[in-house]
Amino acid sequence: MDDIRVEQLTRKFDDFTAVDRISFAVPAGELFGLLGPNGAGKTTTINMLSTLLRPTSGLAEVAGFDVIRNRDQVRRNIGIVFQEPALDSQLTGRENLDFHAMMYGMGREERRRKIDEVLDLVELTEKARVQVRNYSGGMKRRLEIARGLIHHPRILFLDEPTLGLDTQTRRHIWDYIKKLNRERGVTIILTTHYMEEADFLCGRVAIMDHGTFAALDVPEKLKDGLGGDVISLELEGNGEALETEFLALDWIRKIKVHDNVFSLTMEKGERRIPELIGLAQKAGVAVNCVELRKPSLEDVFLYFTGKTIREAEASQADRNRAVMMAHRPRGGR
Amino acid sequence: MIDLTAVYVLWLREMKRYFRAKSRILGSLAIPFFFMAFLGLGFSRMAVPGVTGGVNYIRYLVPGIIGMSLLFQSIFAGLSVLWDREFGFLKEIMVAPVSRVSIVLGRIAGGMTTALVQGLLVMAVSLLVGFRIKGVPELLIALLFMILISTSFIGLGLVFASKIKDMQGYSVIMNFVVFPLFFLSGALYPLDNLPAWLRALSYFDPLTYGVDGLRGALIGVSVRGVAIDLLIMGAISVLMVFLGAWTFEQSESA
Repeated sequence: MDDIRVEQLTRKFDDFTAVDRISFAVPAGELFGLLGPNGAGKTTTINMLSTLLRPTSGLAEVAGFDVIRNRDQVRRNIGIVFQEPALDSQLTGRENLDFHAMMYGMGREERRRKIDEVLDLVELTEKARVQVRNYSGGMKRRLEIARGLIHHPRILFLDEPTLGLDTQTRRHIWDYIKKLNRERGVTIILTTHYMEEADFLCGRVAIMDHGTFAALDVPEKLKDGLGGDVISLELEGNGEALETEFLALDWIRKIKVHDNVFSLTMEKGERRIPELIGLAQKAGVAVNCVELRKPSLEDVFLYFTGKTIREAEASQADRNRAVMMAHRPRGGR
Repeated sequence: MIDLTAVYVLWLREMKRYFRAKSRILGSLAIPFFFMAFLGLGFSRMAVPGVTGGVNYIRYLVPGIIGMSLLFQSIFAGLSVLWDREFGFLKEIMVAPVSRVSIVLGRIAGGMTTALVQGLLVMAVSLLVGFRIKGVPELLIALLFMILISTSFIGLGLVFASKIKDMQGYSVIMNFVVFPLFFLSGALYPLDNLPAWLRALSYFDPLTYGVDGLRGALIGVSVRGVAIDLLIMGAISVLMVFLGAWTFEQSESA
């Protein structure tokens, strides 16, 4: 059964279309990623799916419930970690978690146990009795992730879960997200603009740009779709004899020769290296160096949107600024 | 539909926030104290037209100042939704699987408690400037009025908080809604002294009936009589809570 079903979902803010007729489905237990630059419409999508924002048009079902008509049932089945901090800074870390657990109707004993568990997980046990206003940015983030996990949601939304965290904490959180998904079967929808995060975590990734999906598939397939891996062979001397050999192989999609370096494009390059070396030896050509380069999601993003994600962010920032200027009342602030 | 745990936890949060900000409590007592001390003492020997039966000005003023404190504290409590929106915490509340009615009730319960504590503290301060309360029945009637005043204005605060989306609207409301409500209520002087058109306007101010009722209960002087004030105030309170809950329900949180 699909935990999330979205058809032609659209959200407009005045004349600005933040999300433009997207459709997708996420089966139960999947770890699904929305990858795109800031301002691509990822957070707006998450807000609509979590009932915080009303869609302008289209349909969205979460856990089998319509996000407009069955708001309460949707909320009972989801957990969410927001991109922006959503903590009460006057309360302590523990009080924030306790507030959450009580809002989700957990009993006293269960609350105590789960809160201890998640605090330990994000390594905030020692800071639990400190008011959140004295927390660092990273600590707040970790507390929020802990909070999203307290009530065992069937579907968990993570909006940029590791934004602004150091590498070590990020790794920790990645591992936990994977574990949560695999062992507990929690369906996870994650937004990110980190390529390696989407690649490492997600079963399927939707590449989002300007409110629409540019592509949606398994990361491997997206990358393979670009034509495959590139193997560079640096030869000792001239390799003319080898070129005819290579041309005869149908699994090599592209051959480029530059001086004594061959660049070969193919799928599953790592499985072909021994064969290539063998061919070279048979032809009596010595190989000095072999390099295998796998296309990254960065390449995929570039392919589908015509720009790198950083360029997309820069232009999106300009666009947002233009929209804001247009909407600003005369006199400004 | 009404989730009592949610109401309780939202109330608990207000209590923690209120009692943790001790300097704010002290600060919020300063203005009522200065009003009572300077206005009350400064005008104490002046005869206020319309104040009858040997009531000196300080006795006349204290119920008005209690009403003022309740007004400010309650509007502030209703508008605290704005702060929660600003600091993101509103999302955490809105995404929880509890009905919006429970959220509104939790806010009202929390705001009402802080407003009552505030009102009682102001009453205690008034003892310092020579105010005396007749007895327990009078105090209980006054408490009833305090509850109705605070729920009315928390409701009003919720209406505003649902309609305006940023902090700039906050000062507009403070300056163009709250202060006129205060001055039109007759908290400082008898409304008979106002020109007819302003007096007509004052009938639309809930605090007019609240202050009159408090005065009736605490010093036995009122224009309409305690029973009528209670009736009107009760109706306004129900209406405002309903309006506040309804606009909050309609509003988007993101």
